[in-house]
Amino acid sequence: MYSKMIILHFPRQALEKPLVCNLARDFDLTFTILNATINPKKEGMMVLELSGTPQHFKAGVQYLKDHGVEVESVGGQIRRVTEICTHCGSCTAVCPTGALSVKTPEMEVVFDQDKCSVCKLCITACPPRAMVLRPTNGSFKG
Amino acid sequence: MGDTKVKKTYAEINAKIKAGEVVVVTAEEMVEIVQKHGPVEAARKVDVVTTGTFAPMCSSGAFINFGHTRPGIKASRVWLNNVPAYAGLAAVDCYIGATECGEDDPLNRVFPGEFNYGGGHVIQDLVAGKSVHLKATAYGTQCYPSNQAEKMVTLQDIPWAVLCNPRNGYQNYNCAVNFGKKMIYTYMGALKPNAGNANYCSAGQLSPLMNDPLYRTIGLGTRIFLGGGIGYVVWQGSQHNPSVERTEGGVPMRPAGTLMVLGDLKQMTPRWLVGVSIQGYGTSLSVGLGVPVPILDEQMAAYTGVSDQEIVTQIIDYGEDYPKGKARSLGQVTYAELRSGEITLAGSGIPEKFRGQKIHTVPLSSMVRAREIAETLKQWIRHKRFVLGEPQTTLPSV
Ligand code: SF4
Ligand code: SF4
Repeated sequence: MYSKMIILHFPRQALEKPLVCNLARDFDLTFTILNATINPKKEGMMVLELSGTPQHFKAGVQYLKDHGVEVESVGGQIRRVTEICTHCGSCTAVCPTGALSVKTPEMEVVFDQDKCSVCKLCITACPPRAMVLRPTNGSFKG
Repeated sequence: MGDTKVKKTYAEINAKIKAGEVVVVTAEEMVEIVQKHGPVEAARKVDVVTTGTFAPMCSSGAFINFGHTRPGIKASRVWLNNVPAYAGLAAVDCYIGATECGEDDPLNRVFPGEFNYGGGHVIQDLVAGKSVHLKATAYGTQCYPSNQAEKMVTLQDIPWAVLCNPRNGYQNYNCAVNFGKKMIYTYMGALKPNAGNANYCSAGQLSPLMNDPLYRTIGLGTRIFLGGGIGYVVWQGSQHNPSVERTEGGVPMRPAGTLMVLGDLKQMTPRWLVGVSIQGYGTSLSVGLGVPVPILDEQMAAYTGVSDQEIVTQIIDYGEDYPKGKARSLGQVTYAELRSGEITLAGSGIPEKFRGQKIHTVPLSSMVRAREIAETLKQWIRHKRFVLGEPQTTLPSV
């Protein structure tokens, strides 16, 4: 299963069409809408987590593009809630990029956002749930 | 103890605490003091060494009396935020265990399960002052006629709540490696296949029982830092096993002693009792625990001077051996090596194809928090907020 977070920018004329719904119907993809807004110029913005097989994913994204939707992938939206992090180190067992690592000799766990590939493995590996997807707040621009 | 050059009693140390003259250092600071001055001089200088540890401790839970309802109920089943609590006690008493999962938790049906909320989280919510939904059912008696009761409760309005952990503070623990071919999710964290990482879980030189390896000063009545409040050691914990192989300094080379601890939940805080979700395994509670070790003589100074270089543990295969109930040692490492971030798999016990391989180490016990506990306990003692409890009997030793 392939899963990715994307931002969609809908031009005015694409807003009427059930494009996102068709992703499920015609391309066998599942999605979670994380954020959606329509600006005063009647352009739409939507943050989606889209999952499916890589082939379906690609075809679905192409379908959106063919209908004038601008598709942007999201980077750097994993955040560590420092008040919750206990510096236990569990996340460093799964982090594939070294974005999460233990600093010696202090034994502090450091998070380097620049190295993060947003694979999200740390979210469920973190016992007190300190790693979160950054809440999106509608301030995305096209 | 036979003839020692330095001799102090609990009463003398407590008198010094009350007079504001006590000398307290953390177990990390003590390493250097003993190395520099030797145990005799260190024992003259230092009165108390504080320790600390913070890690998931599954054998934890709380006894709660939730108060009589009107009309009365003799609860036979109880749930707190939909997590079952054991109710086979008196009418409105129950025990919420850290590893109990929520009634509708999908568990490991979609593997690895996430285990988002369980008994450990209920305990953290209570100490955080949150209100918790309580539901009780009963068969009804003539003196307690209700069949069901439901209410929101907070720790403040619960009449009585005691954290009572049958096994905490394991003295030493395994270094877990997966020599199998599949990724596994264990209580020792995620273990990548082909010896992808080595997970360990001990505060090492800061760990309470590493600083009094033969339990000379720890037993029933030892006053401790527990969950941010003051608690007590009440018994040896379950699986307490003093008779394992030890180093010259008396430090066990594999899991050995354990503590059963107890304290008033109302004094505790959510920073030091943290509900945790262990992927693929279950829920638990990370407990902050700190024990003050009195430096009664130079032997206690020598014990508390122990460093990560002198503490060893065993590499155990969690891929095949452990699930089969075999926990044979495949190799030995020191905590200093583990804390360096990388170990080399060496020795004849290591399967041949992995010999010489360097692997990344993952601590599961927080040194940052352990240090903070030892430091807090030090400040409490310095500021006369905490005096030592002399044990009535010490834990079984060798
Ligand atoms: S999302 Fe992936 S890469 Fe980023 S910190 Fe978490 S585990 Fe590491
Ligand atoms: S697993 Fe979570 S709590 Fe532990 S160090 Fe990583 S982010 Fe912090």
